[in-house]
Amino acid sequence: MSTKYLLIVCGMGLVTYVPRWFPLIFLSRRHLPRWLVEWLDFIPVAILSALVVPCLITDGQPRHLDLLRPELYVAIPTFLFGLKTKSLAGTVVVGMALFWLAGMVF
Amino acid sequence: MSSENGNKTICWVPIIRDGVIAAWPICLGYFAIGLAFGVIAQKAGLTPLEIGFMSLMVFAGSAQFIGVSMLSAGAGFIPIVVTTFMVNLRHVLMSSSLSLYLRRINSGWLTLFAYGVTDESFAMNLTRFRDTTWDWRRALVLNHTANIAWIASTVAGGFGGQFIPAGAFGIDYALIAMFLALIVFQLRGMLYIVIGIVAGSVAVIVSLVIPGNAYIIIASVIAATVGVAFKKAGYFRTRREESP
Repeated sequence: MSTKYLLIVCGMGLVTYVPRWFPLIFLSRRHLPRWLVEWLDFIPVAILSALVVPCLITDGQPRHLDLLRPELYVAIPTFLFGLKTKSLAGTVVVGMALFWLAGMVF
Repeated sequence: MSSENGNKTICWVPIIRDGVIAAWPICLGYFAIGLAFGVIAQKAGLTPLEIGFMSLMVFAGSAQFIGVSMLSAGAGFIPIVVTTFMVNLRHVLMSSSLSLYLRRINSGWLTLFAYGVTDESFAMNLTRFRDTTWDWRRALVLNHTANIAWIASTVAGGFGGQFIPAGAFGIDYALIAMFLALIVFQLRGMLYIVIGIVAGSVAVIVSLVIPGNAYIIIASVIAATVGVAFKKAGYFRTRREESP
């Protein structure tokens, strides 16, 4: 392992770690105002949606809209299954199975 | 230095069991992505040892893919580190949100916990923290189980992951399906549905306009702020106030 590689990876590790660490240390000991608690409570659904939706309907580099992706039409029954059953394990298995099937059919 | 348990001894066996079991969808997804990363990194000229070292130090999927492609393009220290920082800045939001559930825990444990905050562990832990049987120790075990799965699968990919057929059993879809299920668990009322729709729409629009992954932070911040504004204005009562 070259010194250059070692340094680059350590640098990558440091700049990745600090944003993970600082808010935990800084916020977990403070009394937070109510609006901030509410705001932070809305962050999970916001982040999850912001992560997933572009994966379903955009593609390529640079990104463009693509509504014909198997990721999208597998997501619809998978999401409905999740809504109906509220089962994490079941939803993951159904999603994988449908995506696998979609890969064989299309 | 005391945690909420004071001096009581803690039995780690059920804690480790629960944490490891809860991590399985993440491990499945990391296995697929980790193998792919290992194969790509090996093709870019990295040894399994170098791959494992990066997974241990960085533990962030997309940043590692970008880092390896920049390395093989001959980029230097500053561009790679700055790009990594930008790509991973979204964890600030996740750690901030997790801090609501990690109060009065000593900073040593928090320092260990922070290392394992990823999109996936964040989503899973946050959903489970609403469950009374979940606590920071189980969350910590989940984080590190996912980390071990990530390191192991990236190294395995570096040794010869190309022999495993890509896309077998729909494994590439494991994380998307997991995120979809976790979104379902987050929808605790009309307001949460609205926030999800706002975040998803803004994310798509921004991702088409701005390269990179800044859309995740921009869309989340806008959507959560819209949520607070709507709540203040009294729109969309949440179901939470009615439930026990």
